[in-house]
Amino acid sequence: MTATVTSELGVRVWEALGTVMDPELDEPITDLGFVSSHDVRGDDVEVHLRLPTSFCAPNFGYLMASDAQDALRAIRGVGRVRVYLDDHHDSELINRGLATSAGYVGTFGHEAEDSLDELRLTFQRKAHLAAMERACSKLLAESDLEVGDLHTVTLAELPESREKAALVRRRRDIGLPIWPACAVLVDDAGQPVPEDAVPIKLRFAKTVRIGIDGNAHFCRGLLRTRYPGSAADQAPRADG
Amino acid sequence: MYEKDGEKYFIVDSHVALWDGREQNHRNIHGKQFIDCFYDYHMNLSPDEVKWGYDEYCYYGGERLLKDLFEDGYVDHAIFQPALLSEFYVNGFGQTEEAWELVQKNPDRLTYNHAYDPRNGEEGLAQLRRDAERFGLQGVKLYTAEWHGDSRGYKLDDPWSYRYLEACRELGIKNIHVHKGPTIRPLDRDAFDVADIDKVATDFLELNFIVEHCGLPRLEDFCWIATQESNVYAGLAVVMPFIHTRPRYFAQVLGELLYWVGEDKITFASDYAIWTPKWLIERFVDFQIPADGDLAEYGQITVDQKKKILGLNAARLYGLDVPADLQVAADSAAVSNTAMEGTSTESDVAAAQLQPTPS
Repeated sequence: MTATVTSELGVRVWEALGTVMDPELDEPITDLGFVSSHDVRGDDVEVHLRLPTSFCAPNFGYLMASDAQDALRAIRGVGRVRVYLDDHHDSELINRGLATSAGYVGTFGHEAEDSLDELRLTFQRKAHLAAMERACSKLLAESDLEVGDLHTVTLAELPESREKAALVRRRRDIGLPIWPACAVLVDDAGQPVPEDAVPIKLRFAKTVRIGIDGNAHFCRGLLRTRYPGSAADQAPRADG
Repeated sequence: MYEKDGEKYFIVDSHVALWDGREQNHRNIHGKQFIDCFYDYHMNLSPDEVKWGYDEYCYYGGERLLKDLFEDGYVDHAIFQPALLSEFYVNGFGQTEEAWELVQKNPDRLTYNHAYDPRNGEEGLAQLRRDAERFGLQGVKLYTAEWHGDSRGYKLDDPWSYRYLEACRELGIKNIHVHKGPTIRPLDRDAFDVADIDKVATDFLELNFIVEHCGLPRLEDFCWIATQESNVYAGLAVVMPFIHTRPRYFAQVLGELLYWVGEDKITFASDYAIWTPKWLIERFVDFQIPADGDLAEYGQITVDQKKKILGLNAARLYGLDVPADLQVAADSAAVSNTAMEGTSTESDVAAAQLQPTPS
């Protein structure tokens, strides 16, 4: 990497990029190796992003690149911010949109309808389902509780752990309450799952979790194949 | 036919291709990007000893295909599933005439499925009728992320797609292989969404929908649909090679498919030439779901289940003759018939308790 991480602005830039998530894989782009370079010259910042294939979905590519641009522009005292998505079939379109701050609809024209908010929410909900399953599975493995008991479990009763912290963070992402008395096993609207629906809810959540984990490993592997040496830019996946 | 430990397996490779990704065939940079993407799939997931050089991967020809599938690869019957990608390649990606010539020379070992694009309207419908007659089509391969003019993908439940599926029903084209790629318009929604499969599977009960790479990267949405639709199948293209790189993940996906979709609706495919069938078949026959950790709840995969997945299920879909000694025992078949009616997977009852989709 050509990173200039020694300057204070360089550190802020990396921190800002670390807040940008791949919505589908539920991980920061900095852990995935999607940031190929970040250069700081004076107050100006130039960042290049890369993806595992030329044919990764362009809406996700745009979302990550524009989130990166937003996060970098929010740094106090930053000068000109340039973000580029390289080697993608829509690189030209997306980079032009980013350079002119054209916004989502302005970038994609007739292929865009309104916004990417719903898309983002869809994947935040999936991430929440997977986090719920991880937390519940850990609880079942480490306590005497059975699946039939899970509908009564509250956030307060969930022992402190990385899985619990991850669940709380994802609840916050989709606007669910995080009070201690809240049920752990809830639907997308935060309603507790009824006792008889717990097994299938948990079973489906497991499939979601396996899907996300599998995609994450596949995408990481493809990036390493596509960009030799990029393994050094990837952090181990935290969630399995 | 593959034989191991006294068991004989009838092998149907449900997804093979004869492509031309060479530079001379590129219409634009996307031709290069597409074959490079395929090559990265190949290089990332193949064992070192079966990796190909880039040039031979771009074009390998019919003789090599016959050798890899039938001489070296244990395959009894293979089905062409072409992607045409006319916007990226001058003479198409899948080589129709070359593949068809091979099929005519090897009718007992090869079946040709063709591709159509519903955005070709009336003209395409007339072409589909001609193709059905010429190739004796039993199936078609649909790539919903194909580019077409200023459109970069379509949904199976678009009005014109319905017209084409109606024609398939009329023409006896009963196996619809669906390959979901990133379908771009509208970009507001998930490009890999599989909900359109749910709609057409409900409306075309006479057709079978074989969803290649079982909906990945949307495994959960695919499984949910397949649980409720008796005519939705899981094609294992792309999933198989994880048996090498990530065997525990492969075990998880297989376990999920057996749970949600059932052993009678999973079909083997190498996705040749992205991968070659020989090593996939050898490893799959040797494969067992580990009985530890979070994999323990899946149970073990049986020899009969492997036989169904490797060939018997696809043979049923395509009416292939399977020698009596390669069939599974009658009691197992009886179970499979019940499953076909959509009443026996253990997930069905559970799924009925929670409507609509719990995502």
